[in-house]
Amino acid sequence: MSPRATGAALATALALVGGGCRRSEPARFGFGRPATAEEIRAWDIDVRPDGTGLPPGSGTASQGAAIYAGRCVACHGRTGSEGPFDLLVGREPRQGFPFGRDPRWVRTIGNYWPYATTLYDYIQRAMPLDAPGSLQPDEVYGLVAFLLWRNEIVADTAVMNAQTLPRVVMPARDRFVRDNRQGGPEVR
Amino acid sequence: MTDAPISRRALLAGAAGALGARALRLAQAQAPALPPDPTKVPGAPVSPLGQRSPFERPRRIPVGNRQGSSLTPLQELYGIVTPADLHFERHHAGVPAIDPHRYTLLIHGMVERPTVFDLEVLKRFPSVSRLHFLECSGNGFPSYRSTRPELSPQLIDGLTSTSEWTGVPVATLFREVGVKPGATWFLAEGEDAAVMARSIPIEKAWDDALIAYGQNGEALRPEQGYPARLLLPGWEGNANVKWIRRIEIADRPFMTREETSKYSDPLPDCTARLFSFVMDAKSTITFPAYPATVTDTGWWEITGIAWSGRGRISRVDVSTDGGRRWTPAELQQPVLPRCHTRFRHLWHWDGRETTLLSRAVDETGYVQPTFEQLRGARGAGTTYHFNHIRPWRVRGDGVVLFGLEA
Repeated sequence: MSPRATGAALATALALVGGGCRRSEPARFGFGRPATAEEIRAWDIDVRPDGTGLPPGSGTASQGAAIYAGRCVACHGRTGSEGPFDLLVGREPRQGFPFGRDPRWVRTIGNYWPYATTLYDYIQRAMPLDAPGSLQPDEVYGLVAFLLWRNEIVADTAVMNAQTLPRVVMPARDRFVRDNRQGGPEVR
Repeated sequence: MTDAPISRRALLAGAAGALGARALRLAQAQAPALPPDPTKVPGAPVSPLGQRSPFERPRRIPVGNRQGSSLTPLQELYGIVTPADLHFERHHAGVPAIDPHRYTLLIHGMVERPTVFDLEVLKRFPSVSRLHFLECSGNGFPSYRSTRPELSPQLIDGLTSTSEWTGVPVATLFREVGVKPGATWFLAEGEDAAVMARSIPIEKAWDDALIAYGQNGEALRPEQGYPARLLLPGWEGNANVKWIRRIEIADRPFMTREETSKYSDPLPDCTARLFSFVMDAKSTITFPAYPATVTDTGWWEITGIAWSGRGRISRVDVSTDGGRRWTPAELQQPVLPRCHTRFRHLWHWDGRETTLLSRAVDETGYVQPTFEQLRGARGAGTTYHFNHIRPWRVRGDGVVLFGLEA
């Protein structure tokens, strides 16, 4: 950086208030290198509730059932409710949302997950445990359709894709609230 | 009282309980042959890497495997710093093997300049070092949901550790890439096999978040996120994404699996709390506590740790009579914000059965709640943030047991 640029950066830094910025720090150091579009595409795998990030492709419950039988049964059981790992399927209790009151209820996709898109996001990034990130988009859509059908949230004929998945409303969608703890004497 | 006999006793009892009699016999068999008088023979030479005394064998207790955790032996530690090799672990798909020469952190999304930083460049930025606790929000679960008398501080609260963390403020990196107006959240994503990801409010970046690469004077341990991790002082461990490789800045949370279906808090009013990041004030006595025993009447030093995700601990009260009378404990200086604080209280035991309690108060005026208070606020089925008072029952024979009934 030239002396003049350093001086200008220093002036900018001095104008900043707070934020942990030291008085002698420039506003920018010019460190790092620009990320290429290709680099960002390769790592930008998240899928959001509005559907942002969902790739092209599609799948149905029957397609997903075959993938589930091959890749998921060992950890999640024949129908998704046997374990030994996380229980995926289960709508009980249909009324209320008594997980805080009663420790006997087990959280599943059907009774607890607030967003259907999270299924796609999580399966494609972390599953199956022995080969994470190995499933193709059509396979992930199929598994999502299968799990939503098993949880009685979509019909067995439903096609899951980038347009339909964000429109699926999960049963527990409106049960979630933001943290209201704030310190002070009250226990919340 | 000296520390050594207590430590040794606690160690042996802990080892026996955690690892079984076979491991204990093995440990004893491995005790070295020593000269009868160390002043009459030359000592060991210098060495490139120090080792613990063969008589000291602190161990984490692993629970599960690649998706599991391991618990810090709180009852065997002094002061506030956790040795890096005893820092608790919690992984979602094991510890990834990452080449620091190939490591990069990508920051993109709502920024002026999407940028890639390698490790050398991260270290070239102005750095800071701060002592902070790091705690899994599931810590304390056994004392709330599956309590029994034979619980040690390690088994109850071993998912908290304190380190001196060194790194670059996230604010520095965010100024470098130029955060666009309207940005309110960022996604932090790891390079582990779960590509573990959490959404973080951007205020935390401007406040005190770090990309940490140093831990207690050396590089991060692989289990703690080598070569670089997110550190969010005072916030639940899961959000402190290890092996961080990507930050995406956005105007809303991403609603990942961890922050919705896992690290959320079902409440008795039939809702569930999202994004409950801050760890409320908490304390626990680490001595005397199971499996240690008080072997004699007379003077004993009660000691433990207290911490709050909202700032400094302002007071720790200790009761030696089951909660009838409370006395402020001595706090070891320095008392640092969002950091373990060591407390001590001198106690004269008359040999009668009693219950020892500690109660932390933080600088916001928050008082560590009783089990009944916390269960009233959160419900019996809640699954994280168990910061209720931990009672330790001292029997007439000196045996100390965890004092909450299931």
